[in-house]
Amino acid sequence: MNTTELERVAREIRLRDLQAVFEAGAGHIGGEMSVIDILTALYFRVLNVWPDQPKHPDRDRFVLSKGHTACALYVTLAKRGFIPEEEISTFLQPHSRLNGHPNCNKVPGVETNTGPLGHGLPVAIGMAKAAKLSGAKYHTYVVTGDGEMQEGSNWEAIMAAAQFKLDNLTLVIDHNRFQQGAALAETNDLAPLRPKLEAFDWQVTEINGNNMSEVVSALEHRGSRPHCIVAHTNKGHGISFMQDRVDWHHKVPSKEQYEIALAELSEALQ
Amino acid sequence: MNAPINAPKLYDCRDAFATTLERLAAENETIVAVCNDSVGSSKLGGFKAKFGERLVNVGIAEQNMVGVAAGLANGGRLPFVCAAAPFLTGRSLEQIKADISYSNANVKLVGISSGMAYGELGPTHHSIEDFAWTRVLPNLPVIAPCDRIETAAAVEWAAAYNGPCFLRLSRVGVPDLLPEGHKFELGKANLLRQGSDVTLIANGTLTHRILKAAEILAERGINARVLNLATVRPIDEDAIIAAAKETGAIVTAEEHSIFGGLGSAVAEVVVDNAPVPMKRLGVPGVYAPTGSAEFLLDEFGMAPSAIADAAQSLIRRK
Repeated sequence: MNTTELERVAREIRLRDLQAVFEAGAGHIGGEMSVIDILTALYFRVLNVWPDQPKHPDRDRFVLSKGHTACALYVTLAKRGFIPEEEISTFLQPHSRLNGHPNCNKVPGVETNTGPLGHGLPVAIGMAKAAKLSGAKYHTYVVTGDGEMQEGSNWEAIMAAAQFKLDNLTLVIDHNRFQQGAALAETNDLAPLRPKLEAFDWQVTEINGNNMSEVVSALEHRGSRPHCIVAHTNKGHGISFMQDRVDWHHKVPSKEQYEIALAELSEALQ
Repeated sequence: MNAPINAPKLYDCRDAFATTLERLAAENETIVAVCNDSVGSSKLGGFKAKFGERLVNVGIAEQNMVGVAAGLANGGRLPFVCAAAPFLTGRSLEQIKADISYSNANVKLVGISSGMAYGELGPTHHSIEDFAWTRVLPNLPVIAPCDRIETAAAVEWAAAYNGPCFLRLSRVGVPDLLPEGHKFELGKANLLRQGSDVTLIANGTLTHRILKAAEILAERGINARVLNLATVRPIDEDAIIAAAKETGAIVTAEEHSIFGGLGSAVAEVVVDNAPVPMKRLGVPGVYAPTGSAEFLLDEFGMAPSAIADAAQSLIRRK
């Protein structure tokens, strides 16, 4: 899929995500809007996956470590054919397999359970290491939030990736500069991320994570070291009144706000 | 019923673990060992020499260690995660919950030097909470073998079992109790001694102590049943209910806090099915003083004679 087509898919995913969060009355819409371009590029361009064989041994692995943005992943997986698109309307409903954080034993395409922060990168390192041990050719991708990088487990994992020489691993940090309660800068400011990762012997690329061509080219990069993409994004990207506002971490739009957001995202689709 | 052979020689169950793992790894190339700079204490030196590539040493980073193991399993490897039990379980408990148990990852967690094996190193290094922490997690069998034979059998079982488990091993020497060739069966207690007056239940390093206690009781004319209950979860409800109904009193002994461990697990079954007087021996909700594991077990009322005394006074409450 080319960049223009990917951009269109990303807008469709944003629209469906907005509807799902509004209808469910819950979700993490800010972080979902910031990460959707990355998810779209992965599932519609980069990942070698077979929706009819979700456990195919040669599939590329993807871990959404920022598991609270599960809804964006569900919409993406549905659009890619892993689960029925109509199932999105069950998000957070009783007995739905689409709960607020992704479950690998219920939802095809989900590789490991996430939700508590700082879990995805260690697991992804195990996946990449397994490929090294078995000679498998798959590539492993993991997306973390930037606030999530405050978890010490991530830095344990960052050390291991370099030690294990995992050139088959790509970490994308969704750097939207906000965590649940405040800006990163007001909490435990990890910025700038690049020199910290480079000091641990990772190769680092910084991109505009809401610019599709930059996202695609960074994800397709292959090098000789573990690769970190610092994706500068906007929390609430695509919806004017949400952008860069901490209060949209898990706020649900009012009916009026929903109509405005719907109009803005629909207009972008014209 | 197999009469236990109370051989005087003591064995470190880690050796049986390491030997079995190496044998299985030679047959199964997917087996990997994952550790936290614990090659020596986990007895992985032989594994490292034979299968160096397959030893994944993450350094001193237990949260990462457990996550990496989950990822290795996702990639088709069969990881045995070997680390000191207090740090494997406590330090990475949430990883064990989310990445292993909830994800149902095919990872074998092997807690080494559990209980008070690191007696003199103090309570930070005691692992007397690990039954409580792990046995509440779905999908995660919790197993504490009583001797080298059961250890080898449990490792063999774990490699064949499609799912996670927690093996709790000590480094304190224990005699052979089960017959050579014993096969491990998940969730099945071993009846080591038939008896009708009281039942003594233990696992791990305590099983040989309750057998000795039963001998002491026999000298006093008390006929004690002895159950080795290696699997704390899923627990052998049938054996426990039968013990309660047929002997009318149960004593448990464990190298663990009396809160949330083997005794608690047995009590849950007893109270739900066949309430009888019980006595739970273990660490009574305190941090231990300095001393070796053997010293501390005695200190906390688990010398064979003290176990026998506890059983004798319990019988009076029947």
